[in-house]
Amino acid sequence: MVKEQVKGTVVGVTGDGAAADAMRQIDPDVVAAYPITPQTEIVERFAEYVADGKVNTELVAVESEHSALSACCGASAAGARVMTCTASQGLALMHEMLYIASGNRLPIIMPMVNRTISAPINIHGDHSDSMGSRDASWIQLYCRDAQEVYDTTIQAVRVAEDQRVMLPVMVCLDGFMVSHDMEWVEMLPDEEVKQFIGPMRPVINLLDKDNPISIGALALPPVFFEHKVSMIRALEGAKSVIKEVADEYGALTGRQYGLVEPYLMDDAEVAIVVMSSAAGTTRTVVDVLRDQGVKAGVLRIRSFRPFPKDEVVQALRGVRAVAVMDRASSPGAVAAPIFSEVASAMYGEEARPKLVNYVFGLGGRDLPMEQVASVYERLQNVVSTGEVGPVLTYLGLRDG
Amino acid sequence: MKIRRIENLSELPCVSEVPLGGILSNVGNSAQYRTGSWRTQRPIFKADICTNCLLCWINCPDGSIAVAEGKVTGIDEMHCKGCGICAYVCPTKPTKAMSMEQGGEY
Repeated sequence: MVKEQVKGTVVGVTGDGAAADAMRQIDPDVVAAYPITPQTEIVERFAEYVADGKVNTELVAVESEHSALSACCGASAAGARVMTCTASQGLALMHEMLYIASGNRLPIIMPMVNRTISAPINIHGDHSDSMGSRDASWIQLYCRDAQEVYDTTIQAVRVAEDQRVMLPVMVCLDGFMVSHDMEWVEMLPDEEVKQFIGPMRPVINLLDKDNPISIGALALPPVFFEHKVSMIRALEGAKSVIKEVADEYGALTGRQYGLVEPYLMDDAEVAIVVMSSAAGTTRTVVDVLRDQGVKAGVLRIRSFRPFPKDEVVQALRGVRAVAVMDRASSPGAVAAPIFSEVASAMYGEEARPKLVNYVFGLGGRDLPMEQVASVYERLQNVVSTGEVGPVLTYLGLRDG
Repeated sequence: MKIRRIENLSELPCVSEVPLGGILSNVGNSAQYRTGSWRTQRPIFKADICTNCLLCWINCPDGSIAVAEGKVTGIDEMHCKGCGICAYVCPTKPTKAMSMEQGGEY
Protein backbone atom coordinates (compact mmCIF):
# COMPACT_ATOMS: atom_id res chain seq x y z
CA MET A 1 0.00 0.00 0.00
CA VAL A 2 1.51 3.30 -1.07
CA LYS A 3 0.51 6.16 1.13
CA GLU A 4 0.28 9.80 0.12
CA GLN A 5 2.89 12.03 1.68
CA VAL A 6 1.49 13.78 4.73
CA LYS A 7 1.84 17.47 5.48
CA GLY A 8 3.14 18.04 8.99
CA THR A 9 3.05 20.99 11.35
CA VAL A 10 6.24 23.00 11.75
CA VAL A 11 7.13 23.94 15.29
CA GLY A 12 10.13 25.46 17.04
CA VAL A 13 11.33 22.93 19.55
CA THR A 14 14.48 21.64 21.26
CA GLY A 15 15.84 18.12 20.76
CA ASP A 16 14.45 17.14 24.16
CA GLY A 17 11.12 18.72 23.27
CA ALA A 18 11.05 16.80 19.98
CA ALA A 19 11.60 13.54 21.88
CA ALA A 20 8.87 14.44 24.41
CA ASP A 21 6.40 15.30 21.64
CA ALA A 22 7.16 12.05 19.84
CA MET A 23 6.50 10.26 23.13
CA ARG A 24 3.19 12.09 23.49
CA GLN A 25 2.13 10.95 20.02
CA ILE A 26 3.33 7.40 20.66
CA ASP A 27 1.28 7.47 23.90
CA PRO A 28 3.07 4.50 25.50
CA ASP A 29 1.27 2.38 28.10
CA VAL A 30 4.01 2.88 30.68
CA VAL A 31 6.85 5.36 31.13
CA ALA A 32 9.19 4.97 34.11
CA ALA A 33 11.90 7.62 34.10
CA TYR A 34 14.16 9.65 36.32
CA PRO A 35 15.27 13.16 35.38
CA ILE A 36 18.94 13.89 34.70
CA THR A 37 20.62 16.78 32.88
CA PRO A 38 20.45 17.18 29.88
CA GLN A 39 17.49 14.79 29.50
CA THR A 40 15.36 16.51 32.20
CA GLU A 41 13.20 18.45 29.75
CA ILE A 42 11.91 15.21 28.23
CA VAL A 43 10.66 13.92 31.58
CA GLU A 44 9.33 17.36 32.56
CA ARG A 45 7.37 17.85 29.37
CA PHE A 46 6.10 14.30 29.31
CA ALA A 47 4.96 14.56 32.97
CA GLU A 48 3.00 17.67 31.93
CA TYR A 49 1.33 15.72 29.14
CA VAL A 50 0.35 13.05 31.67
CA ALA A 51 -0.94 15.68 34.13
CA ASP A 52 -2.90 17.44 31.36
CA GLY A 53 -4.49 14.18 30.24
CA LYS A 54 -2.91 14.35 26.78
CA VAL A 55 -1.67 10.77 27.06
CA ASN A 56 -3.05 7.64 28.67
CA THR A 57 0.35 6.65 29.99
CA GLU A 58 0.99 5.26 33.46
CA LEU A 59 3.95 7.43 34.53
CA VAL A 60 6.01 5.71 37.21
CA ALA A 61 8.07 8.17 39.24
CA VAL A 62 11.00 6.14 40.46
CA GLU A 63 13.92 6.79 42.80
CA SER A 64 16.75 6.00 40.39
CA GLU A 65 17.54 5.00 36.82
CA HIS A 66 18.18 1.42 37.90
CA SER A 67 14.61 1.37 39.18
CA ALA A 68 13.36 3.19 36.06
CA LEU A 69 14.61 0.51 33.72
CA SER A 70 13.63 -2.25 36.17
CA ALA A 71 10.05 -0.95 36.15
CA CYS A 72 10.20 -0.74 32.35
CA CYS A 73 11.36 -4.35 32.11
CA GLY A 74 8.47 -5.51 34.30
CA ALA A 75 5.90 -3.49 32.37
CA SER A 76 7.28 -4.62 29.02
CA ALA A 77 7.23 -8.26 30.12
CA ALA A 78 3.58 -7.70 31.01
CA GLY A 79 2.94 -6.82 27.38
CA ALA A 80 2.91 -3.02 27.63
CA ARG A 81 4.41 -0.56 25.16
CA VAL A 82 7.11 1.01 27.32
CA MET A 83 9.43 4.00 27.09
CA THR A 84 12.01 5.66 29.30
CA CYS A 85 14.79 8.18 28.73
CA THR A 86 18.10 8.96 30.36
CA ALA A 87 21.61 10.40 30.00
CA SER A 88 25.14 9.89 31.26
CA GLN A 89 25.31 8.74 34.91
CA GLY A 90 21.71 7.63 34.54
CA LEU A 91 22.62 5.26 31.74
CA ALA A 92 25.57 4.05 33.81
CA LEU A 93 23.20 3.28 36.69
CA MET A 94 20.91 1.42 34.26
CA HIS A 95 23.79 -0.67 32.97
CA GLU A 96 22.85 -3.91 34.73
CA MET A 97 19.24 -3.66 33.60
CA LEU A 98 20.19 -2.86 29.98
CA TYR A 99 21.28 -6.48 29.62
CA ILE A 100 18.10 -7.75 31.29
CA ALA A 101 15.98 -5.77 28.81
CA SER A 102 17.83 -7.04 25.74
CA GLY A 103 18.36 -10.59 27.02
CA ASN A 104 14.68 -10.98 27.80
CA ARG A 105 13.95 -9.44 24.37
CA LEU A 106 11.85 -6.58 25.74
CA PRO A 107 11.22 -3.89 23.07
CA ILE A 108 11.70 -0.82 25.28
CA ILE A 109 12.30 2.54 23.54
CA MET A 110 14.65 5.05 25.14
CA PRO A 111 15.69 8.52 24.00
CA MET A 112 19.25 8.79 25.35
CA VAL A 113 20.78 12.25 25.62
CA ASN A 114 24.53 11.87 25.21
CA ARG A 115 26.49 13.45 28.04
CA THR A 116 29.96 12.66 29.27
CA ILE A 117 30.57 10.52 32.36
CA SER A 118 32.10 11.92 35.57
CA ALA A 119 34.75 12.47 36.94
CA PRO A 120 35.55 15.34 36.75
CA ILE A 121 31.89 16.22 36.83
CA ASN A 122 30.61 17.74 33.59
CA ILE A 123 27.08 17.93 32.23
CA HIS A 124 27.92 18.49 28.56
CA GLY A 125 27.69 16.30 25.52
CA ASP A 126 29.98 13.54 24.36
CA HIS A 127 29.41 9.87 23.58
CA SER A 128 31.20 8.34 26.59
CA ASP A 129 27.92 7.21 28.13
CA SER A 130 26.38 5.21 25.29
CA MET A 131 29.77 3.86 24.15
CA GLY A 132 30.00 2.27 27.59
CA SER A 133 26.79 0.40 26.77
CA ARG A 134 27.64 -0.49 23.19
CA ASP A 135 27.80 -4.24 23.91
CA ALA A 136 24.49 -4.40 25.81
CA SER A 137 22.73 -5.65 22.67
CA TRP A 138 20.57 -2.53 22.40
CA ILE A 139 20.01 -0.94 19.02
CA GLN A 140 21.76 2.45 19.08
CA LEU A 141 20.63 5.09 16.59
CA TYR A 142 22.46 8.46 16.67
CA CYS A 143 20.58 11.57 15.52
CA ARG A 144 22.00 14.64 13.80
CA ASP A 145 19.33 17.17 14.79
CA ALA A 146 15.99 17.64 16.56
CA GLN A 147 14.02 16.65 13.44
CA GLU A 148 15.80 13.33 13.33
CA VAL A 149 15.23 12.83 17.07
CA TYR A 150 11.50 13.20 16.48
CA ASP A 151 11.48 10.96 13.40
CA THR A 152 13.76 8.30 14.89
CA THR A 153 11.83 8.06 18.17
CA ILE A 154 8.68 7.21 16.19
CA GLN A 155 10.54 4.77 13.93
CA ALA A 156 12.17 3.12 16.96
CA VAL A 157 8.77 1.83 18.14
CA ARG A 158 8.32 -0.13 14.92
CA VAL A 159 11.91 -1.39 14.90
CA ALA A 160 11.91 -2.54 18.53
CA GLU A 161 8.54 -4.27 18.36
CA ASP A 162 9.15 -5.97 15.02
CA GLN A 163 8.90 -9.71 15.62
CA ARG A 164 12.16 -10.24 13.73
CA VAL A 165 13.91 -7.87 16.16
CA MET A 166 12.34 -7.74 19.64
CA LEU A 167 15.17 -5.71 21.10
CA PRO A 168 15.30 -2.39 22.98
CA VAL A 169 16.32 0.76 21.11
CA MET A 170 18.30 3.81 22.25
CA VAL A 171 17.66 6.99 20.29
CA CYS A 172 20.81 9.02 20.96
CA LEU A 173 21.00 12.82 20.72
CA ASP A 174 23.88 15.12 21.64
CA GLY A 175 23.50 16.74 25.05
CA PHE A 176 22.87 20.53 24.81
CA MET A 177 24.07 20.71 21.18
CA VAL A 178 20.81 19.03 20.12
CA SER A 179 18.89 18.50 23.37
CA HIS A 180 18.70 22.21 24.21
CA ASP A 181 19.00 23.78 20.76
CA MET A 182 15.73 25.27 19.49
CA GLU A 183 15.18 24.07 15.96
CA TRP A 184 12.65 23.91 13.15
CA VAL A 185 10.89 20.54 13.41
CA GLU A 186 8.07 19.23 11.26
CA MET A 187 5.69 17.02 13.21
CA LEU A 188 3.14 14.57 11.86
CA PRO A 189 -0.53 14.77 12.86
CA ASP A 190 -1.19 12.63 15.97
CA GLU A 191 -3.41 10.26 14.00
CA GLU A 192 -0.68 9.58 11.41
CA VAL A 193 1.81 8.62 14.13
CA LYS A 194 -0.79 6.35 15.72
CA GLN A 195 -1.36 4.64 12.40
CA PHE A 196 2.33 4.38 11.57
CA ILE A 197 3.29 2.68 14.83
CA GLY A 198 0.10 0.60 15.04
CA PRO A 199 -1.26 -0.97 18.21
CA MET A 200 1.02 -2.86 20.57
CA ARG A 201 0.84 -6.57 19.79
CA PRO A 202 2.89 -8.07 22.59
CA VAL A 203 4.90 -11.18 21.80
CA ILE A 204 5.97 -11.54 25.42
CA ASN A 205 3.00 -11.12 27.73
CA LEU A 206 3.04 -12.28 31.33
CA LEU A 207 -0.58 -11.18 31.78
CA ASP A 208 -1.92 -13.50 29.10
CA LYS A 209 -3.41 -16.02 31.51
CA ASP A 210 -4.44 -18.40 28.77
CA ASN A 211 -0.83 -18.77 27.64
CA PRO A 212 1.20 -18.71 30.85
CA ILE A 213 4.94 -18.15 30.52
CA SER A 214 7.89 -17.83 32.83
CA ILE A 215 10.47 -15.07 32.22
CA GLY A 216 14.01 -14.78 33.51
CA ALA A 217 14.70 -18.47 33.94
CA LEU A 218 18.21 -19.81 34.51
CA ALA A 219 20.20 -20.70 31.39
CA LEU A 220 23.27 -22.68 32.39
CA PRO A 221 26.31 -23.49 30.20
CA PRO A 222 24.51 -26.08 28.02
CA VAL A 223 22.06 -23.43 26.66
CA PHE A 224 23.26 -19.89 27.55
CA PHE A 225 25.59 -19.61 24.51
CA GLU A 226 22.78 -20.41 22.05
CA HIS A 227 20.50 -17.83 23.71
CA LYS A 228 23.18 -15.14 23.44
CA VAL A 229 23.88 -15.89 19.77
CA SER A 230 20.16 -15.87 18.89
CA MET A 231 20.06 -12.34 20.35
CA ILE A 232 23.19 -11.35 18.38
CA ARG A 233 21.57 -12.63 15.16
CA ALA A 234 18.42 -10.60 15.90
CA LEU A 235 20.53 -7.47 16.37
CA GLU A 236 22.32 -8.10 13.06
CA GLY A 237 18.95 -8.75 11.40
CA ALA A 238 17.66 -5.43 12.73
CA LYS A 239 19.64 -3.67 9.96
CA SER A 240 17.10 -4.59 7.31
CA VAL A 241 14.20 -3.70 9.62
CA ILE A 242 15.69 -0.26 10.41
CA LYS A 243 15.94 0.35 6.64
CA GLU A 244 12.43 -0.96 5.92
CA VAL A 245 10.86 1.21 8.62
CA ALA A 246 12.89 4.26 7.51
CA ASP A 247 11.77 3.74 3.90
CA GLU A 248 8.12 3.51 4.89
CA TYR A 249 8.51 6.61 7.05
CA GLY A 250 10.29 8.36 4.20
CA ALA A 251 7.38 7.70 1.88
CA LEU A 252 5.05 9.19 4.50
CA THR A 253 7.06 12.29 5.38
CA GLY A 254 9.60 12.83 2.62
CA ARG A 255 12.36 12.56 5.21
CA GLN A 256 14.63 9.65 4.33
CA TYR A 257 17.03 7.96 6.72
CA GLY A 258 19.20 4.88 6.52
CA LEU A 259 21.86 3.06 8.50
CA VAL A 260 24.37 5.64 7.25
CA GLU A 261 24.01 9.10 5.73
CA PRO A 262 26.59 9.72 2.99
CA TYR A 263 27.13 13.34 1.93
CA LEU A 264 28.97 13.92 -1.36
CA MET A 265 30.70 10.56 -0.97
CA ASP A 266 30.32 9.29 -4.55
CA ASP A 267 33.47 10.94 -5.90
CA ALA A 268 35.12 11.80 -2.57
CA GLU A 269 38.91 11.44 -2.28
CA VAL A 270 39.03 12.52 1.36
CA ALA A 271 36.28 11.85 3.86
CA ILE A 272 35.33 12.14 7.51
CA VAL A 273 33.32 9.45 9.27
CA VAL A 274 31.42 10.87 12.22
CA MET A 275 28.18 10.49 14.20
CA SER A 276 25.48 12.81 15.51
CA SER A 277 25.44 16.62 15.42
CA ALA A 278 29.11 16.98 14.41
CA ALA A 279 28.07 15.71 10.97
CA GLY A 280 26.20 18.98 10.45
CA THR A 281 29.33 21.09 11.03
CA THR A 282 31.35 18.71 8.88
CA ARG A 283 28.87 19.00 5.98
CA THR A 284 29.15 22.78 6.09
CA VAL A 285 32.95 22.51 5.87
CA VAL A 286 32.60 20.08 2.96
CA ASP A 287 30.44 22.60 1.11
CA VAL A 288 33.20 25.21 1.51
CA LEU A 289 35.89 22.75 0.39
CA ARG A 290 33.86 21.60 -2.61
CA ASP A 291 33.67 25.26 -3.73
CA GLN A 292 37.47 25.25 -3.60
CA GLY A 293 37.61 22.12 -5.74
CA VAL A 294 38.48 19.65 -2.95
CA LYS A 295 36.75 16.32 -3.37
CA ALA A 296 35.64 16.03 0.24
CA GLY A 297 32.78 14.01 1.69
CA VAL A 298 31.16 13.01 5.00
CA LEU A 299 29.84 9.64 6.02
CA ARG A 300 27.58 9.89 9.03
CA ILE A 301 26.88 6.67 10.85
CA ARG A 302 23.30 6.65 12.12
CA SER A 303 23.12 3.07 13.35
CA PHE A 304 26.14 2.28 15.52
CA ARG A 305 24.53 -0.92 16.80
CA PRO A 306 23.94 -2.86 14.62
CA PHE A 307 27.03 -1.57 12.81
CA PRO A 308 26.39 -1.17 9.07
CA LYS A 309 29.57 -2.85 7.80
CA ASP A 310 28.48 -3.27 4.18
CA GLU A 311 27.22 0.31 3.85
CA VAL A 312 30.45 1.69 5.37
CA VAL A 313 32.64 -0.44 3.08
CA GLN A 314 30.63 0.62 0.06
CA ALA A 315 30.75 4.32 0.96
CA LEU A 316 34.50 4.32 1.66
CA ARG A 317 35.48 2.23 -1.36
CA GLY A 318 37.54 4.46 -3.64
CA VAL A 319 38.19 7.10 -0.97
CA ARG A 320 41.92 7.65 -0.55
CA ALA A 321 42.17 8.98 3.02
CA VAL A 322 39.58 8.82 5.79
CA ALA A 323 39.47 10.41 9.24
CA VAL A 324 37.18 8.73 11.73
CA MET A 325 36.10 11.23 14.35
CA ASP A 326 35.02 9.94 17.75
CA ARG A 327 33.30 12.01 20.42
CA ALA A 328 34.43 9.41 22.96
CA SER A 329 37.68 7.81 23.95
CA SER A 330 38.56 4.21 24.66
CA PRO A 331 41.41 4.66 27.12
CA GLY A 332 44.24 2.21 26.58
CA ALA A 333 42.86 0.98 23.25
CA VAL A 334 44.54 1.33 19.85
CA ALA A 335 41.97 3.95 18.87
CA ALA A 336 38.47 5.16 19.72
CA PRO A 337 35.29 3.08 19.25
CA ILE A 338 34.04 4.17 15.80
CA PHE A 339 37.55 3.96 14.35
CA SER A 340 37.88 0.38 15.61
CA GLU A 341 34.61 -0.53 13.89
CA VAL A 342 35.53 1.20 10.62
CA ALA A 343 39.04 -0.30 10.59
CA SER A 344 37.60 -3.79 11.23
CA ALA A 345 35.06 -3.28 8.47
CA MET A 346 37.70 -2.09 5.97
CA TYR A 347 40.42 -4.62 6.81
CA GLY A 348 39.14 -7.24 4.39
CA GLU A 349 39.16 -4.78 1.48
CA GLU A 350 42.00 -5.02 -1.05
CA ALA A 351 42.15 -1.29 -1.82
CA ARG A 352 41.38 0.34 1.47
CA PRO A 353 41.84 4.03 2.30
CA LYS A 354 44.47 5.33 4.70
CA LEU A 355 42.71 5.66 8.05
CA VAL A 356 43.31 8.09 10.89
CA ASN A 357 41.40 8.67 14.09
CA TYR A 358 40.56 11.88 15.92
CA VAL A 359 39.06 12.08 19.39
CA PHE A 360 37.28 15.42 19.70
CA GLY A 361 34.80 17.38 21.75
CA LEU A 362 35.13 15.49 25.04
CA GLY A 363 33.09 17.00 27.84
CA GLY A 364 31.07 18.98 25.29
CA ARG A 365 33.94 21.04 23.85
CA ASP A 366 32.91 22.77 20.62
CA LEU A 367 33.99 21.52 17.23
CA PRO A 368 34.66 24.71 15.25
CA MET A 369 34.73 24.62 11.45
CA GLU A 370 38.46 25.48 11.33
CA GLN A 371 39.26 22.28 13.21
CA VAL A 372 37.23 20.20 10.79
CA ALA A 373 38.99 22.00 7.93
CA SER A 374 42.37 21.13 9.47
CA VAL A 375 41.40 17.45 9.43
CA TYR A 376 40.60 17.60 5.70
CA GLU A 377 43.90 19.43 5.18
CA ARG A 378 45.76 16.59 6.85
CA LEU A 379 43.86 14.04 4.77
CA GLN A 380 44.90 15.87 1.59
CA ASN A 381 48.51 15.72 2.84
CA VAL A 382 48.15 12.00 3.51
CA VAL A 383 46.95 11.55 -0.08
CA SER A 384 49.75 13.63 -1.62
CA THR A 385 52.65 12.32 0.51
CA GLY A 386 51.44 8.83 1.44
CA GLU A 387 52.60 9.57 4.99
CA VAL A 388 49.90 8.82 7.57
CA GLY A 389 51.58 9.78 10.85
CA PRO A 390 50.09 8.86 14.22
CA VAL A 391 46.79 7.00 13.93
CA LEU A 392 45.15 8.48 17.03
CA THR A 393 45.29 12.21 17.72
CA TYR A 394 43.20 14.62 19.78
CA LEU A 395 41.50 17.51 18.06
CA GLY A 396 41.27 20.87 19.82
CA LEU A 397 43.37 19.74 22.78
CA ARG A 398 45.97 21.92 24.52
CA ASP A 399 48.51 19.16 24.24
CA GLY A 400 51.73 20.07 25.99
CA MET B 1 44.00 -39.35 31.09
CA LYS B 2 40.65 -40.24 29.65
CA ILE B 3 38.65 -37.53 27.88
CA ARG B 4 35.02 -37.67 28.94
CA ARG B 5 32.60 -37.77 26.08
CA ILE B 6 29.80 -35.22 26.23
CA GLU B 7 26.53 -37.05 25.75
CA ASN B 8 23.17 -35.77 24.57
CA LEU B 9 24.26 -32.20 23.77
CA SER B 10 22.82 -32.59 20.29
CA GLU B 11 19.40 -33.02 21.88
CA LEU B 12 19.57 -29.51 23.33
CA PRO B 13 18.18 -26.60 21.28
CA CYS B 14 20.42 -24.96 18.68
CA VAL B 15 20.52 -21.19 18.05
CA SER B 16 17.40 -21.13 15.90
CA GLU B 17 15.48 -23.30 18.36
CA VAL B 18 15.94 -21.46 21.67
CA PRO B 19 12.77 -19.69 22.79
CA LEU B 20 12.66 -15.89 22.42
CA GLY B 21 14.20 -14.25 25.48
CA GLY B 22 14.55 -17.60 27.22
CA ILE B 23 10.82 -17.73 27.91
CA LEU B 24 9.47 -20.93 29.35
CA SER B 25 6.02 -21.81 28.11
CA ASN B 26 5.90 -25.16 29.92
CA VAL B 27 5.33 -23.38 33.21
CA GLY B 28 5.34 -25.18 36.53
CA ASN B 29 8.24 -27.32 35.41
CA SER B 30 10.40 -26.79 38.49
CA ALA B 31 9.07 -30.10 39.82
CA GLN B 32 11.13 -31.75 37.08
CA TYR B 33 14.36 -30.21 38.35
CA ARG B 34 16.19 -32.45 40.83
CA THR B 35 17.20 -29.90 43.45
CA GLY B 36 17.60 -32.87 45.80
CA SER B 37 21.01 -33.48 44.22
CA TRP B 38 22.29 -30.33 45.98
CA ARG B 39 22.01 -32.02 49.44
CA THR B 40 25.03 -32.63 51.63
CA GLN B 41 22.84 -33.68 54.58
CA ARG B 42 19.53 -35.49 54.59
CA PRO B 43 16.59 -35.42 57.00
CA ILE B 44 15.70 -38.70 58.67
CA PHE B 45 12.03 -39.05 59.57
CA LYS B 46 10.87 -41.21 62.45
CA ALA B 47 7.13 -41.76 62.05
CA ASP B 48 6.76 -43.45 65.46
CA ILE B 49 7.93 -40.30 67.30
CA CYS B 50 6.15 -37.71 65.09
CA THR B 51 3.16 -35.94 66.67
CA ASN B 52 2.03 -34.55 63.29
CA CYS B 53 2.22 -30.96 64.50
CA LEU B 54 3.20 -30.07 60.87
CA LEU B 55 5.74 -27.42 61.94
CA CYS B 56 8.24 -29.01 59.54
CA TRP B 57 5.66 -28.90 56.73
CA ILE B 58 4.83 -25.23 57.20
CA ASN B 59 8.50 -24.21 57.59
CA CYS B 60 9.99 -26.24 54.73
CA PRO B 61 11.08 -23.66 52.08
CA ASP B 62 10.84 -26.24 49.30
CA GLY B 63 7.52 -27.89 50.09
CA SER B 64 9.38 -31.15 50.50
CA ILE B 65 7.58 -32.58 53.53
CA ALA B 66 5.15 -35.16 52.22
CA VAL B 67 1.80 -35.05 53.99
CA ALA B 68 -1.29 -37.19 53.51
CA GLU B 69 -4.55 -36.76 55.42
CA GLY B 70 -2.97 -34.37 57.91
CA LYS B 71 -0.08 -36.69 58.70
CA VAL B 72 3.60 -36.45 57.76
CA THR B 73 4.44 -39.43 55.57
CA GLY B 74 8.07 -38.68 54.65
CA ILE B 75 10.42 -36.52 52.59
CA ASP B 76 10.25 -35.53 48.91
CA GLU B 77 13.76 -36.73 48.12
CA MET B 78 13.72 -35.22 44.61
CA HIS B 79 13.48 -31.68 45.94
CA CYS B 80 14.69 -31.59 49.59
CA LYS B 81 17.90 -29.49 49.55
CA GLY B 82 18.92 -30.66 53.01
CA CYS B 83 18.70 -27.24 54.69
CA GLY B 84 17.79 -28.77 58.06
CA ILE B 85 14.99 -26.37 58.97
CA CYS B 86 12.59 -29.29 59.54
CA ALA B 87 14.95 -30.80 62.10
CA TYR B 88 15.52 -27.39 63.73
CA VAL B 89 11.81 -26.73 64.26
CA CYS B 90 10.85 -30.31 65.20
CA PRO B 91 9.59 -30.00 68.84
CA THR B 92 9.55 -33.65 69.98
CA LYS B 93 11.78 -34.47 73.01
CA PRO B 94 14.08 -36.04 73.92
CA THR B 95 14.36 -37.48 70.39
CA LYS B 96 13.41 -35.42 67.33
CA ALA B 97 11.09 -36.98 64.79
CA MET B 98 13.09 -35.10 62.13
CA SER B 99 16.91 -35.15 62.40
CA MET B 100 19.78 -34.53 59.98
CA GLU B 101 22.42 -37.04 58.94
CA GLN B 102 25.56 -36.53 56.88
CA GLY B 103 25.38 -37.43 53.19
CA GLY B 104 22.77 -36.52 50.62
CA GLU B 105 21.85 -39.99 49.39
CA TYR B 106 18.74 -41.89 50.26
